[in-house]
Amino acid sequence: MAKFDSQLFDIGYMDTLAVGKTSLHTLDPRAKLVTTMVFIGTVVSFGKYDISALIPFVIFPIVLVAWGGLPTAYLIKKIMIVSPFAFFIGIFNPLIDQTVIMHMGSLHITGGWISFASILLRFALTVGAALVLISLTGFHAVCMGLEKLGVPRPFVVQLLFLYRYIFVLMDEAGRMIRARALRSFNSNGRSLKIFGSMIGHLLLRTMDRAQRIHLAMCCRGFDGHIRLIHPMAFGIREAAFVLGWSALFISMRLYNIPHILGKLVTEFVL
Amino acid sequence: MSHHIVEAQNLHFTYPDGTLGIKGISFRITHGESVAVVGANGAGKSTLLQHLNGYLIPSSGDLRIGDYPLTKKTINEVRRSVGMVFQDPDDQLFMPTVFDDVAFGPLNLGLPEQDVIQRVNQALETVGMMHVIKRPPYKLSGGEKRSVAIATVLAMSPDILVMDEPSSNLDPLARRRLIGLLKSFHHTKIIATHDLDMALELCERTIVIHGGQITADSATLDLFQNEQLLKESGLEAPLSMQGCPVCSKTAKGFQPPTQDHSHTH
Repeated sequence: MAKFDSQLFDIGYMDTLAVGKTSLHTLDPRAKLVTTMVFIGTVVSFGKYDISALIPFVIFPIVLVAWGGLPTAYLIKKIMIVSPFAFFIGIFNPLIDQTVIMHMGSLHITGGWISFASILLRFALTVGAALVLISLTGFHAVCMGLEKLGVPRPFVVQLLFLYRYIFVLMDEAGRMIRARALRSFNSNGRSLKIFGSMIGHLLLRTMDRAQRIHLAMCCRGFDGHIRLIHPMAFGIREAAFVLGWSALFISMRLYNIPHILGKLVTEFVL
Repeated sequence: MSHHIVEAQNLHFTYPDGTLGIKGISFRITHGESVAVVGANGAGKSTLLQHLNGYLIPSSGDLRIGDYPLTKKTINEVRRSVGMVFQDPDDQLFMPTVFDDVAFGPLNLGLPEQDVIQRVNQALETVGMMHVIKRPPYKLSGGEKRSVAIATVLAMSPDILVMDEPSSNLDPLARRRLIGLLKSFHHTKIIATHDLDMALELCERTIVIHGGQITADSATLDLFQNEQLLKESGLEAPLSMQGCPVCSKTAKGFQPPTQDHSHTH
């Protein structure tokens, strides 16, 4: 229960990080957004057995974390929290794909394990990059960037509302959980039936709130369009950031750098 | 000035599920008046308030707000002149930052950006909340949220302010600040509240609602001295008019709360 609450405040912590003053923080959100998208695009475009070629991509989150002065332990913890999703997506690969494609001494490594590792690595890279993006920019500014880049408004507005009300919703859910815990002495109160009715209540409350929010919006002249004032400036600095990183990602995609390095070393030694 | 007037004539409203909201409410509130609407829980206060900005349309009866009778056609004009402050600021502050929230209304009015920014600054300065302009609303305290909610309404420059329980969930100091702030406004004010002490300080006139009907409508001080009426409407006299908690004596000939209360009854 206490854990539930602290996790919640942890999300808000990213907004606190986003008000930093480094040159990365002041960069136009669109530049960071586009670069992160190119990064994610190149990372997921690798084949399912690729691992070595993915490793150099670690440089992007590492440089950004160091440059923006972000807390590494916090970000790693956040990645770990969502990691079960990737784990369960990949865990059946070793069972299904049993073809041996690598030998290390007497150890035979099947394709399933390789692709499982590849999934986990890709997951860590993409989620890490997304978290770094939000910590450097703020969720709100990321949404504004999306909107300026031409993402349909209803979609952006949905995201903004989601982020605004997730805190209120979690608060409400947290209070319900506390109320239940205080009156369920054995495991009686924790049955699925009670849980179902709690979720139902939460839904009803949410619908009530949605109605009140809509009323509040109507009162202030809402006509289906949300207007925002957000000056953004895309200058040379931004262009250099996007082009520089994108060029690096694409060359890392085209050339397997660890492979080339390994080859150079072995040639040099032999 | 006729445009700050709120006039209801024989308002009736029944909810779609058959619950009776209000039955036969009539009143006239003129320019610059400050009126408290009090009543027990479920008496119909919120239902009445929701009519004042056109969220509910009366089943029968007439409601005039400013120069317009309330109909579906005039709803935008009505909403422009009535500023509504909700009971739960979380319902009212729905934008990602305080700035965006206060700017929401003026932008919808189609004002140019420069004017919008000026209005936002002015509204936030009035409520003393300039320092939170860039913060997300969920990080504000209860008192700050309430002040910002009021700023969002002020930025629309309404003629009439309608508030639902403005002092609920506030700590005593925040409540005191709010009362000071509301006192400084010269709008026509309609305040639904259970905080009768606040009503006594802010409103010269009070309307008591009970069972969807008006049971009294007169000067606040006179009304709160009528114990019988208060009891019948599910209310009791404001604390400042009850006996002193130390010596349990009641002041002879009650003095309005602005005067000093020393222990020489």
